[in-house]
Amino acid sequence: MMYSSVMLKRLTNLNFFKKQYMLYSSISGNIQDLSYRGINKVNFIPTLDINEPSLNSMPIFRILDDNGDIVSNCNSVPVIIPENDELLKMYKSMVLLSIMDKILYESQRQGRISFYMTNEGEEAAQIGSAAGIHFNDQVYGQYREAGVLLFRGFTPEQFMNQCFGNIEDLGKGKQMPVHYGSKDLNFVTLSSPLTTQLPQAVGTAYSFKLLKNNRCTIVYFGEGAASEGDAHAAFNFASTLNCPIIFFCRNNGFAISTPANEQYRGDGIISHGPGYGIATIRVDGNDILAVYNATLKAREYVMTNTRPLILEAMTYRRGHHSTSDDSTAYRSKDEIEQWANKNPITRLKKFLEKKNLWNDQYELEYTKDTKKQIMQMFAIASKKNKPNWKEMFNDVYYEIPDHLLEQMNSLENHISHYPEHYVIE
Amino acid sequence: MHAINKYSLFNVSKKLCGCFKYASHFVYHPEQISNKFGKTNKKNMYQAINEAMDLVLSKDSNSVVFGEDVGFGGVFRCTSGLRDRYGKDRVFNTPLCEQGIIGFGIGLAVAGTTAIAEIQFADYMFPAFDQLVNEAAKYRYRSGNLFDCGKLTVRTPCSAVGHGALYHSQSPESFYAHSPGLKIVIPRGAHKAKGLLLSCIRDPNPCIFFEPKMMYRLAVDDVPDDDYEFPLGKADVLIKGRDITLIGWGTQVHVLLEVAEIANKDFGISCEVIDLVTILPWDKQTVANSVKKTGRVIVSHEAPLTGGFGAEIAASIQEECFLYLESPIRRVTGYDTPFPHVFEQFYLPNKWKCLQAVKELVNY
Repeated sequence: MMYSSVMLKRLTNLNFFKKQYMLYSSISGNIQDLSYRGINKVNFIPTLDINEPSLNSMPIFRILDDNGDIVSNCNSVPVIIPENDELLKMYKSMVLLSIMDKILYESQRQGRISFYMTNEGEEAAQIGSAAGIHFNDQVYGQYREAGVLLFRGFTPEQFMNQCFGNIEDLGKGKQMPVHYGSKDLNFVTLSSPLTTQLPQAVGTAYSFKLLKNNRCTIVYFGEGAASEGDAHAAFNFASTLNCPIIFFCRNNGFAISTPANEQYRGDGIISHGPGYGIATIRVDGNDILAVYNATLKAREYVMTNTRPLILEAMTYRRGHHSTSDDSTAYRSKDEIEQWANKNPITRLKKFLEKKNLWNDQYELEYTKDTKKQIMQMFAIASKKNKPNWKEMFNDVYYEIPDHLLEQMNSLENHISHYPEHYVIE
Repeated sequence: MHAINKYSLFNVSKKLCGCFKYASHFVYHPEQISNKFGKTNKKNMYQAINEAMDLVLSKDSNSVVFGEDVGFGGVFRCTSGLRDRYGKDRVFNTPLCEQGIIGFGIGLAVAGTTAIAEIQFADYMFPAFDQLVNEAAKYRYRSGNLFDCGKLTVRTPCSAVGHGALYHSQSPESFYAHSPGLKIVIPRGAHKAKGLLLSCIRDPNPCIFFEPKMMYRLAVDDVPDDDYEFPLGKADVLIKGRDITLIGWGTQVHVLLEVAEIANKDFGISCEVIDLVTILPWDKQTVANSVKKTGRVIVSHEAPLTGGFGAEIAASIQEECFLYLESPIRRVTGYDTPFPHVFEQFYLPNKWKCLQAVKELVNY
């Protein structure tokens, strides 16, 4: 008791002393000897202010306007326009993606595949960024990044094999459609739980930093996913552990039915940047040249500084969230129509036409050929067998443990008694 | 989710001396080891664990150790000296965020780096449950073996410590046992801890290594200085017996060893004691062989009864050994309550509760 009352007195004195000292220091306004760990510079002020968030939004970087013209004041920055071949590759990839989307979306409506998610409206964000990083950089995605994979060389057959879960599927038929992955293309297999890939991408970036292998990671996520706790974890880890990673946010205005203004109240996703000490870029996600340049710049930044960067591509999800969603239940057809006129594919097309790289005749032929090819591939993918059911027990572990072998044998025994109740290929 | 660290736990116990008695509820049975792994020295469990990580860091240049407060040596001293030896890029503090620690560790492992993550107390693993169960456990499976995080090991202190109450005492192994793809390992002392941790770190599957924290200082064994491993998924029969099989893991193994001694000495009952060692995938064969011989079995763990791993073992035994059983299978476990502070001695499945169960079953 004695001891604690003495301590209490000491504490009170200390507090009193502190108060005096702080009052004195704020008046003198000339404090050099105090420091707080975790903040850079110490300043005191004698007025009690509430720091309101800024009402201004960060501007959006843009190169192409809606007519496909380079915006007039763009000369002030060194903008990189890709070579003609690269431009055409970017354009054709966007068109191919949108054609594949239409065919697979329709096939789901006809019950040929169980599920699908289109990329409508976000083709430029995906393909522009894919063109801006190095092939060796590791990609972690959410699920609306098929364009990145396509640009890296994933073939329409491979997409369809995954959607059908047939014997050629690299994922061996285990995941839902659109959960793509490719080791060869440095694209980590997607999973459904949102945002889990963010801290993982940070870990991979840290590994690259240790190995000094001149690689970075880019991790894609939607603005809805940014509300998950894992996003906080990832931003903070990437910053404190100095990781070379690009956080690429597709801010398309909706998380299923939830509009972005019910998702956050700050200035979008890049507003997280300053709080975590992370650099940011906000870009027009429907302008493939802007996305391309922003990603180039972002990559250069993360590699030179060994620091993370948040890149927010502002766009609009033109399609439904998925084949299990009818988005007209929560947004107007007018609104969707309005954004259809800001189609990122059309915008690049206009630019290419002005450079005499493309015209309606090319368009017609390319579209026709592509549709035909994809329909053929679709027919082939749909006829391929499913993997053997025993595959179900593989890859749970590196090895197959005894209890799983036992369960596999038990299923084999069961099937031998009831084969007529199963579809065995 | 910052925990009261070890120091505050011990300090509290000192200050409150006189009100409470913190004698541990078990007697540590040191390992009787052969010299097949070479020269040994007396080490406690935290030193053995420290040595295992030291070995990995020295032999595998692409390996890292990280978590909350691991930089200065960890709140239980398991990582002491490692940052000085291997640099702050390889042994480092993370922000205080368990889901981040595990997600980050998975990402390291995906890139091929050996990732040894620490969660400060097993009680604080739950924020990382999603990363462990939906991600780590399913990485290889869902990608058709294109990607995996087999190089991830999660170390975490678990189980009773005398006065840890709700959030410094939990034994959450059964939550993870329901998650195909993970391996779950719990050592019973210093000697096992080093060999098993080395196995976990090198196993090509994500492993959770639960370290019964009460044994960090208490469990002193002759521990080989060299590198050695123990197989995962293999139970140890510690005492051979005829009348009844006692199954446990971690600290509880020592409770059961003492029960076996008392039962033998005072009542002439011959107990066979098994340390399960690995919770997932567990060694059903060793358990079944024993029960077929003795005809009676007790499974004992600190975690609550309902949904505890004892239920899985009991159900499997009745399926495998139905014709051999001479009494019901008994589970002596923690109660279906949160882990209490001042009632810890009443809560734990101590030797007297186990002994009573042994007598009841033998006389069934």
